[in-house]
Amino acid sequence: MHRFANPTRFLKIARVATPLTLGLGLLLTIAGLYIGLFASPPDYQQGESVRIMYVHVPAAWLGSGGYLGLAIASATALIWRHPLANIAARAIAPAGAAFTAICLMSGALWGKPTWGTYWVWDARLTSMLVLLFLYLGYLALAAAEAERGGERKGAAILALVGAINLPIIKYSVEWWNTLHQGSSINVLAGKSAMAPEILTPLLVSVTGFTFLFAAIVLMRMRALLAEQRVEARSRRLAEAVA
Amino acid sequence: MEGIVARPDLWASYIWPSYILTIGGLVALLVWSFLAMRRAEARAEALRRER
Repeated sequence: MHRFANPTRFLKIARVATPLTLGLGLLLTIAGLYIGLFASPPDYQQGESVRIMYVHVPAAWLGSGGYLGLAIASATALIWRHPLANIAARAIAPAGAAFTAICLMSGALWGKPTWGTYWVWDARLTSMLVLLFLYLGYLALAAAEAERGGERKGAAILALVGAINLPIIKYSVEWWNTLHQGSSINVLAGKSAMAPEILTPLLVSVTGFTFLFAAIVLMRMRALLAEQRVEARSRRLAEAVA
Repeated sequence: MEGIVARPDLWASYIWPSYILTIGGLVALLVWSFLAMRRAEARAEALRRER
């Protein structure tokens, strides 16, 4: 793993990967959302309301998937002291928080005409709200530790402990009676209860959003690495002058 | 007519708002990340040239 710990090597790969992921992400997201909005048929039970799925599900996937990435990066930083792991965790957190907030808000917009309310203390909704608070807690703690010149160990531990919320989100619709519908796709079994006309744009949209998420993380990592270089050079210059 | 409840227009009440919210958030994240990267890399490059 330490083969990839060299920031110079990482930057070489990131400079090629950033436009690629960005281009692919934009292409697939535009295609997925266009088909989802205008070309896919309405659901036989839910009618037109199914179209929210093409934005709500990718946002939920990236909110939870992003947190898994944050927890893995934090574990890697704590255990192996991988120099890029902390940078990756700091890059993932704001994007993951934004997608979790989008998931909650788009769900609330759907909830009002469908359930008659923007919010209920349902197990799935509540566990997603807890996920948003975990992201915000991580961001606040990492910023406070950075100000004190610390290694952000507290923030990394918070990210690891918070990972317990991920299986709770996943199985909340099975463990409790929830208003939120159950899962229609079983990734492990490769099975889906959806018609192909609805599943295809959803998968295109999820793939596009995932590429865009990767592009955002790569750009944030490049920015954080450049800021680190500037700080190190400024410190060296100040020491030379003194 | 009394007793008949009008069904809400789904497109106006949440389909369009959800898409606008998601696409707006996504574009804002992309632009913020891109500008932060460009600014930080330009500053690092300027400092490297100064040396």
